[in-house]
Amino acid sequence: MLEIRDVSASYGPIQALRDISITINRGEIVTLIGANGAGKSTTLMTLFGEPRASSGQILFDGHDITHVQMHEVARLGIAQSPEGRRIFPAMTVEENLIMGTIPVGTEHAGEDMAKVYELFPRLKERRGQRAGTMSGGEQQMLAIGRALMGRPKLLLLDEPSLGLAPLIVKRIFEVIREIRAAGTTVFLVEQNAFHALKLADRGYVLVNGKIHLSGSGEELLTNPEVRNAYLGGGH
Amino acid sequence: MDWHIFAQQLVNGLVLGSIYGLIAIGYTMVYGIIGMINFAHGDIYMVSAYLTAIFLAILTMLGVTAVSVPLALVVVMLLTIMFTALYGWTVERVAYRPLRGSTRLAPLISAIGMSLVLQNYVQISQGARNQGIPSLIEGTLRVGGESAYVQITTVQLLIVVVSFVAMGILTYIIHKTSLGRQCRATQQDRKMANILGINTDRVISMVFLIGAAMAAIAGALVSFNYGSFDFYIGFVTGIKAFTAAVLGGIGSLPGAMLGGLILGLSESLFSGLINTDYKDVFAFALLVLVLIFRPSGLLGKPEVEKV
Ligand SMILES: Nc1ncnc2c1ncn2[C@@H]1O[C@H](COP(=O)(O)OP(=O)(O)O)[C@@H](O)[C@H]1O
Ligand SMILES: [Mg+2]
Repeated sequence: MLEIRDVSASYGPIQALRDISITINRGEIVTLIGANGAGKSTTLMTLFGEPRASSGQILFDGHDITHVQMHEVARLGIAQSPEGRRIFPAMTVEENLIMGTIPVGTEHAGEDMAKVYELFPRLKERRGQRAGTMSGGEQQMLAIGRALMGRPKLLLLDEPSLGLAPLIVKRIFEVIREIRAAGTTVFLVEQNAFHALKLADRGYVLVNGKIHLSGSGEELLTNPEVRNAYLGGGH
Repeated sequence: MDWHIFAQQLVNGLVLGSIYGLIAIGYTMVYGIIGMINFAHGDIYMVSAYLTAIFLAILTMLGVTAVSVPLALVVVMLLTIMFTALYGWTVERVAYRPLRGSTRLAPLISAIGMSLVLQNYVQISQGARNQGIPSLIEGTLRVGGESAYVQITTVQLLIVVVSFVAMGILTYIIHKTSLGRQCRATQQDRKMANILGINTDRVISMVFLIGAAMAAIAGALVSFNYGSFDFYIGFVTGIKAFTAAVLGGIGSLPGAMLGGLILGLSESLFSGLINTDYKDVFAFALLVLVLIFRPSGLLGKPEVEKV
């Protein structure tokens, strides 16, 4: 479904990605793990052209999307819950969800909103509230819900567990499983390597802008190097 | 002091404030969405006054004015709104969009340049002399006795009513329509709006279009009222409307309308009760005071950096 081929990308003189290749098949949950600053968010943002891949190629459903404009990506069926959540703080929960329907129109908005509320009942309770006044966990749920409102084929999640209480993290990872079960392919970027690898079919390890390791979730979980570097040696 | 003098100044202030409010909308919406002060906006207002005169002359020549004055005025207004909106759109495309993503200062300088370009363009094409249009709306509403009364002319009433209706429609658009939601999303987080599939360049264009349309309503109404203007009116009126936007909280739509009304009322009271000669100074002093003591204005949020 998604194929990132030998992509490099830079911010001015700083090269953030070096020849990375990642493949995601339909129906999979694939995770990209790595330390802070490894280039995980950059990997997701190159799909939207900011920064633009300086070399290499990005294919989605067989089409070359390397040079597509940022606002056209959503229409192809790619949605993102970005780093920092980036909900619209002055809008209500419901308005935020409606903003996710841009690629598909508001025709199915009611039905899709009901599905999001089923995944996250908390959002339903807060539907009329200004999103900026909600807790971090609720904002994360909203960011994921908003992305789902566009009926994406591929959902990109950038560190959805960051800064959240363990119980909420658990719920969010459950929801990711449900989202995949409902037919959406998931590309999950995480620093929380343990949870991510347990959930994912396959994973990639990014170190300083390069793919260092890849394999099935289980393989990576038991890989001594990964255990030492990302799982605190324990578990 | 007599009550009727005070009341009369309130009425005059309401009329003036409606105009400031309409023009302030353009400053505040553009600032809200791209974080720049569109110095050419006052001149867009000036252009709309000239367009009003031109369209009115054309309709008079075609005999429409002789058949029905209200029809002529409505058509003039609509044409002026359309063409002025086109000017606003063009200014953004030509002078600001190419500079997006560069320094914060570049579009400001470009805006001052556009202001001069518009003034000179109008001066050369229309002449430097005062322009006038005949007053076509007559009638006055008067409340009170022989010597102590408050009055409002039909044109003034029209100004207040049309302004409030226009502001009401705009408020509805911003809060309840898809375009309005896209404007607000782009204002709050442009990159996220883009990721969600909103063509934010198009949204920014629409904001310039809307701002210019509001200024055009003001320009046409003022021309119907005073009937006289020159290529320089955009400057003083522009700064006052900008003051209104800052007073209300730049970036805030209700703030612009409220700021316009407060500025119009206080300027009118000042000039009627204290001193007419210093009424412009009053407005500018107010601008300075607001910037010093409450830069975020009455309804604004503290400054956010836009890139
Ligand atoms: N907007 C930016 N401008 C310049 N450098 C950036 C920018 N965003 C990220 N970087 C740099 O690119 C590298 C990768 O960052 P990022 O993709 O955010 O990493 P991660 O998401 O894995 O924490 C880091 O060295 C970071 O400092
Ligand atoms: Mg990151």
